[in-house]
Amino acid sequence: MTGMTKQRIGNILAKQGILIAFAVFMIGFAIANQRFIAIDNISGVIRSSAILGVMALGVTFVVIGGNFDLSVGSMMSFSTIVVLDLHDKLGPALAIPAMFGLTMALGAFIGFLVGYMKLNSLIVTLGMLSAIHGLTLTWSGGKNMDIADKAGTWFSVFGQGRILGVPVPILIFAGLAIFFTVVLMKTPFGRKVYAVGGNGQAATFSGIPRARIVFLTYVISAFCVATAGLLQASRSLGSQNTVGQGMELQVLAAVILGGASLMGGSGTIFKTVIGVLILGFIQNGLLLMGLAFYVQYVVTWGIIILAVWLDVAAKRGRLWSPTA
Amino acid sequence: MSESIPVLRLENIVKTFPGVRALDDVSLSVLPGEVHALMGENGAGKSTLMKVLGGIHAPDSGRILIAEEPSVMTSPQHAKARGVVFIHQELSLADELSVAENIFLGELPLKSFGRVDWKTLYDDTDAILKTLNVGFNARTLVGDLSIANQQMVEIGRALTVDPRAVIFDEPTASLTDAEKVVLFKVIADLQAKGVGIIYISHRMEEIFKITDRITVLRDGQYRGTLNTAETNEDEVTQLMIGRSLDLSRNVSHHEMGDVALEVRGLTCGKMFTDVTFAVRKGEVLGFYGLVGAGRTEIAETLFGLRTPSAGKILLEGQEVQINSPIDAIRHGISLVPEDRKNQGLVLGMNCRDNMTLPQVGDLTAGPFVSDGAEIAIFDQYRDKLDIRTPGWRQIAGNLSGGNQQKIVIGKWLSMRPKVLIVDEPTRGIDVGSKSEIHNLIRELAAQGYAVIVISSEMPEVLHVSDRIIAMFSGRVMREFTSEEVTEDTLVQAISGISADKVA
Amino acid sequence: MTSNRYRDILKHGAIWAFILVELTFFSIAGEYLSVSDKAFMDFDNMLLLLKQSAPIGIIALGMTIIMINGNIDLSVGATYALSAIVLLDSMTWPALQAMGDWAIPLAWGLALLTGAILGAINGLIVWKTGVDAFIVTLGSMLGYRGLVFMINGEQPTSHLNWTLVDFAEAQFLGLHTASWFLLTAALVLWLMMTRTVHGRNAYAIGNNREAAVNAGIRVGPHMMWNFVLIGFLAALSAVVFYSESGSVNPNDGMLFELWAITAVVLGGTKLTGGYGSIISTLGGVIAIQLLRKGLGHIGAATETVNLVIGLILIAVLLLDRQLNLKGKQELKI
Repeated sequence: MTGMTKQRIGNILAKQGILIAFAVFMIGFAIANQRFIAIDNISGVIRSSAILGVMALGVTFVVIGGNFDLSVGSMMSFSTIVVLDLHDKLGPALAIPAMFGLTMALGAFIGFLVGYMKLNSLIVTLGMLSAIHGLTLTWSGGKNMDIADKAGTWFSVFGQGRILGVPVPILIFAGLAIFFTVVLMKTPFGRKVYAVGGNGQAATFSGIPRARIVFLTYVISAFCVATAGLLQASRSLGSQNTVGQGMELQVLAAVILGGASLMGGSGTIFKTVIGVLILGFIQNGLLLMGLAFYVQYVVTWGIIILAVWLDVAAKRGRLWSPTA
Repeated sequence: MSESIPVLRLENIVKTFPGVRALDDVSLSVLPGEVHALMGENGAGKSTLMKVLGGIHAPDSGRILIAEEPSVMTSPQHAKARGVVFIHQELSLADELSVAENIFLGELPLKSFGRVDWKTLYDDTDAILKTLNVGFNARTLVGDLSIANQQMVEIGRALTVDPRAVIFDEPTASLTDAEKVVLFKVIADLQAKGVGIIYISHRMEEIFKITDRITVLRDGQYRGTLNTAETNEDEVTQLMIGRSLDLSRNVSHHEMGDVALEVRGLTCGKMFTDVTFAVRKGEVLGFYGLVGAGRTEIAETLFGLRTPSAGKILLEGQEVQINSPIDAIRHGISLVPEDRKNQGLVLGMNCRDNMTLPQVGDLTAGPFVSDGAEIAIFDQYRDKLDIRTPGWRQIAGNLSGGNQQKIVIGKWLSMRPKVLIVDEPTRGIDVGSKSEIHNLIRELAAQGYAVIVISSEMPEVLHVSDRIIAMFSGRVMREFTSEEVTEDTLVQAISGISADKVA
Repeated sequence: MTSNRYRDILKHGAIWAFILVELTFFSIAGEYLSVSDKAFMDFDNMLLLLKQSAPIGIIALGMTIIMINGNIDLSVGATYALSAIVLLDSMTWPALQAMGDWAIPLAWGLALLTGAILGAINGLIVWKTGVDAFIVTLGSMLGYRGLVFMINGEQPTSHLNWTLVDFAEAQFLGLHTASWFLLTAALVLWLMMTRTVHGRNAYAIGNNREAAVNAGIRVGPHMMWNFVLIGFLAALSAVVFYSESGSVNPNDGMLFELWAITAVVLGGTKLTGGYGSIISTLGGVIAIQLLRKGLGHIGAATETVNLVIGLILIAVLLLDRQLNLKGKQELKI
């Protein structure tokens, strides 16, 4: 009986642990500092999480499909630099589609290597992390990129604008999250992504074009990265070459925190959004408590390991690993 | 041998898992110098019994005695230290390491500073290899060896201690006849030294050739021990299968239709050569042969998973090109694969999604998957195939083997295929579900499907097939109708013995 | 059987052949394109190259062992930074300053101990929780970096000890101190991986973990020891580098994990474990450094280095796949 109850609690923790942790944090921070739950604070957190969040949406597809994407940070720098550079050369109306095209071409290249050529995604995207960084530096000549006429462009609307009082980045993040939730949960493509990541061989034996599905997950990821780059460029109207550096791992942290298994086949957009928000709110909460930004690194470390540990422990039915 | 004390005795072993009584009062004793066969259907409890002996599972009750001394086994290493050694069917070798390192894996001889004592290691290994009489040395990389030689390395592991008892688990599954001779010699040598041997195998001819006694398990229960010299295959089969499994010959009462699938001179590298056959609507065509005879590879080629190097595939008289499973499915060819867990199902997905996977792109309302259409299909085939599951949300990995197999079959039936290929239809499935699957296959043929069944179990092939193709080493040896086939001729055909006679 | 052997030789030799190609290419191209008059294959230049390879190189050696063992460590960059801070900070402590030059070995010891402990924490978590090393070290990469900031603040820490700088800049038999550390570490680790039971078991675990467990090898302690080792090596790398530079920025060491993994993969170590060699990793490290220097030598913009290395990594992967393809009849899954 107690064993059963323990099992139950374990299951609930594993399935809803991330939501429970989220709630505990929110309540804790709210008690510690009233300002934490002020509307403008919450809106501020979501707004500043939007860039990371949009990238995490794309990576969720890649991870559910059973692969990694370590190149998104470097790719985001690329799209930011490219769109800023083209803004002054072509004007924003052409710069944006051009940048999306170029970024998604990079995604397609990765998708080709991982999907059709069946190369290890960890190494391919590691190589692309480096290569795209080089590409960005070559494009910019290593210099920071700035828009000449910062006041006179409508380009800033994506990062800084508001519609009906809601910041545009939040609208874009929310809109994409809803759109991709529908794609993943309701369309045949979404089902195929789960199947390919859950058991690629069985998917092939069921007539699912595994290579094409994997390819598409990378194109989606690149689309999200391009959107994030647009938000970033539009917010700051200028950028360093390394603006996205290190974000690939934060993105992955958010996706893992959301409970997607790195083995593929599981995870949802909703949970990834929760993962992103947890990272954002922890950062914000700790700052409000007067702690420096880096304390969140340590806290995030603890949370990631705890979250995954609980998940693993619930699956094997015991807390500690049986490894001798 | 008769009066000596047993090297190993298992006494009244009981082991239950949640919901299953895996071993129910099982006893077994092995005398020195004896080869003792352990037989039973898949799921009869053989491997659980061996896991109890190896200390992987602790028995709920019962005793293990080694040389009549009660022992509690805690791990395979512990068992090995007590002189009980296992040789597993599935090779468990590190192929980037040398033969010597594999044989002494986990027990490498030490020098100072944690260094490996290579000289001792190689000398000891060469001594072991010498008794095995093999053509490779201690320094060879295991990855460079043939499967048979890797098996020898696995056997070599057993000889690093002076064993009292050695357990061989299906050792000949991947061996050629010549390699088997070597293996049997090794077993005879061990026997001569007074080692007791437990020999687990499904192959009757081997059992009757090399064993002294046979113990049979069924459904986790002890069914008896027979002296090999005093019994015969029928009696053993009777004990193994017992009451329920109907394996009478098949007689089709329905009319056969036109030829659904025809294959001419199909060749795929070294896998199989010049394979020609045809299967009619309403017919069950059985493929029988040893593992590695090329049967599965033919199925995979027909399903677009391998590229044939020569030959034609004709569907209803039209030649077709099949380059991928997508092509195969479009042409109406379906494959229920041999490896259900890795190829048949996405175990983490629910039953419904697994069943509708190949056609999910067509079950749409607008851009979205239609829940209703999916559930309708699932319900239809759950009822039709009598799939026992609490509901479509059940995760496929949680179902029994039989129900899992029915999901895979349902997956393809719902696509209304012209040809259904079923590779090892009842592997890892309990006896009850076995006959259900057999009946299902018969019924499908009666409904007009062309069915190809690939099986390694002779009774199964004989039971379900209208015609049987015997394969040996990538070639079709002979084709039998269900009226003319006998067990003897079938065994001869798949052993390659009658190659000349038949041709 | 022999084709396997050829492939093996090809794999082991490939990185050195690649280095030869690089040397030839940059020497010849340098004749036409070089911005300086100095020859590329200048002896001093090569010695300097070895020295510059040391920081990433020492870490890459540890990464090789971790990857052979079937794990990965993303936290080495942060471990590197934290050890560097311990090294430089501890020398400013009054207790140590009072000891004069004796503070140096003590500071070194503290820094190395820090690395080993950080490694042990990773190893212990991987072992005891059963969480994948990728996730554990992804977490500690953030966590250790946080510790760096917590100890150090956001400003760089500097402390130059001239005795130490002299030691770090010294040359013995023509090689710089850092080079000696790199080569010695490589030798010791090569011996460990090829000659000791621990090394062989590490291969076995990475190659076929289940077989190793069945054979009674205790997987946990071996993994743990290897994490301690890579932590120690990350600290050693920091100690060697910062003894000379004397100034550490809290963001130092970022992306080191990626560079180290790149070098290891270039050296032919399998990502899935069980196969790889310390010596080939050394080749991988040198090849990357050669590329950096060579591209600079022929006047290519420094930006292109990242691009070229990334593409080479992918090309190596493609080549490896081509070599391992078994033919057209293979199952298309």
